[in-house]
Amino acid sequence: MRTPHLSRRALLSAAGAAGSGLLLSGCDAFGLLEGSDSVVRSTLERANDLTYRVQRLLLGADRLAPEFAESDIRQGQRPNGVTSPADQDYQDLLAGDFADWRLEVGGLVERPLSLSRDQLLAMPSRTQITRHDCVEGWSTIAKWTGVPLALVLDLAMVKPQARFVVFHCMDTIERSLSGQFRYYGSIDMIDARHPQTILAYGLNGRPLPVENGAPLRVRVERQLGYKMPKYLQRIELTDSFAGLGFGKGGYWEDRGYDWFAGI
Amino acid sequence: MVARDVIDGAAASAPRTLVYRQSAWTRATHWIWAASLFFLLLSGLQIFNAHPTLYIGDQSGFEFDNSVLSIGAQKADTSVVGVTKALGLTFDTTGLLGVSGERAEHRAFPAWATIPSYRDLGTGRVVHFFFAWVLVATLGVWLVAGILNGHLRRDLVPRLSDMRALPRDLADHLKLKFHHTREYNTLQKLAYAGILFVLLPLMIATGLAMSPGANALMPWLPELLGGRQTARTIHFVAMLLLVGFFVIHMLMIVAAGPINEMRSIVTGWYRIDRREPMTGG
Repeated sequence: MRTPHLSRRALLSAAGAAGSGLLLSGCDAFGLLEGSDSVVRSTLERANDLTYRVQRLLLGADRLAPEFAESDIRQGQRPNGVTSPADQDYQDLLAGDFADWRLEVGGLVERPLSLSRDQLLAMPSRTQITRHDCVEGWSTIAKWTGVPLALVLDLAMVKPQARFVVFHCMDTIERSLSGQFRYYGSIDMIDARHPQTILAYGLNGRPLPVENGAPLRVRVERQLGYKMPKYLQRIELTDSFAGLGFGKGGYWEDRGYDWFAGI
Repeated sequence: MVARDVIDGAAASAPRTLVYRQSAWTRATHWIWAASLFFLLLSGLQIFNAHPTLYIGDQSGFEFDNSVLSIGAQKADTSVVGVTKALGLTFDTTGLLGVSGERAEHRAFPAWATIPSYRDLGTGRVVHFFFAWVLVATLGVWLVAGILNGHLRRDLVPRLSDMRALPRDLADHLKLKFHHTREYNTLQKLAYAGILFVLLPLMIATGLAMSPGANALMPWLPELLGGRQTARTIHFVAMLLLVGFFVIHMLMIVAAGPINEMRSIVTGWYRIDRREPMTGG
């Protein structure tokens, strides 16, 4: 009985710590949750680390997300977030049908790349019918076509010390007093090398529309929608999030969303 | 069975018998569940508010209609009203669902019913998943302890004799006639077993069926539940059933004698009816 007893005690103290913090906080009973530096919040956030570790333990690196049939595509892919970037540089590229657009791949790589859309289209592609799960709770099924990210990473010859793939985007998602923020996000090397992780340029058999991220977006099918940035400009291989945004690995992560969104 | 007689009050007319009814495992897990379900409910409503529509199937219909419940706001002549649509029926729920608060905020569930009170999906998820782990771990501990100390077999699994006693038990409950015994009555066994063996596991299963990671690991799970969006709908309905159970649970405690009932789940000791035959144990 030793083990259950210990785990019960650990549970009691964790729940107690969380509970007492919540009770102490006064007028807005849950005000202590506000701000990512709160002690209560960071205690609770450790459950996300547990989720990450358990999923990485149980879920094989190549285990596929469910794929669907053509008949399951019953509607257009609902866009979310920025659907029409107002940024001038993006508008100029769009006006030229992205002929001048390049995907830069840099950071911890032996061979930095600058790929045109034609070069990406000439690479081997993968087409998959998958379900997009938004963090808000809705889901839609669509067919995605693109280059497996692993092929691009191999071409760039990723250095062994790289731990994360960071996606830098062309869309400004927030204009506020604290500044202008362009969307960015990151995933680990396991998700990056997953067979269904593609740099998508096609949606439902047509070129990727602007509202869904033209000219190129990421699909990471074992993750929620906010882990799949649109309007890609640059891919950076790194071993740390320091110096990127507020240091949490993504635009939404900087604003309190969990970095590992596999649930 | 452990029992002890105590002299109750100065009159000492009727000695009352206290029996040890709830083990420390039962009491501790009960209160951890109570706390976790409280936080899970309120953070769950915060998460639901991010997209307050439920659907049947694997995807949400935006260009076709497969919704079964939606909570929203609509413009009326001079103001905005809260509109709740359920199974084709439309209700005005201004003040509670759709539109609530002093500033007539557009939100599905009102601020007092969500954690945090303000709109914050990220934090709602942090709270929800923390207590989901607490709930799962506690259920695991309870299951192991309950098997080892016989609580499951002795107290929870309904026997044939229980089922035979069901009509009489039902009638007694309707007449608010309560028997205080060491054992749970049939309706208690069915209710507790239903929560612990059916509803909470269903809650966990439907929760996992909404996880893209868990879907890759167990693609059969959302399929078995009728698709990811059906799983989300079942998750919501199971929440309503748990809230319903909580309400009845509270009413029963009040009706059966709140001090005795609370003492048993706090200290383990329960006062039984003296004339009740001492069966089992």
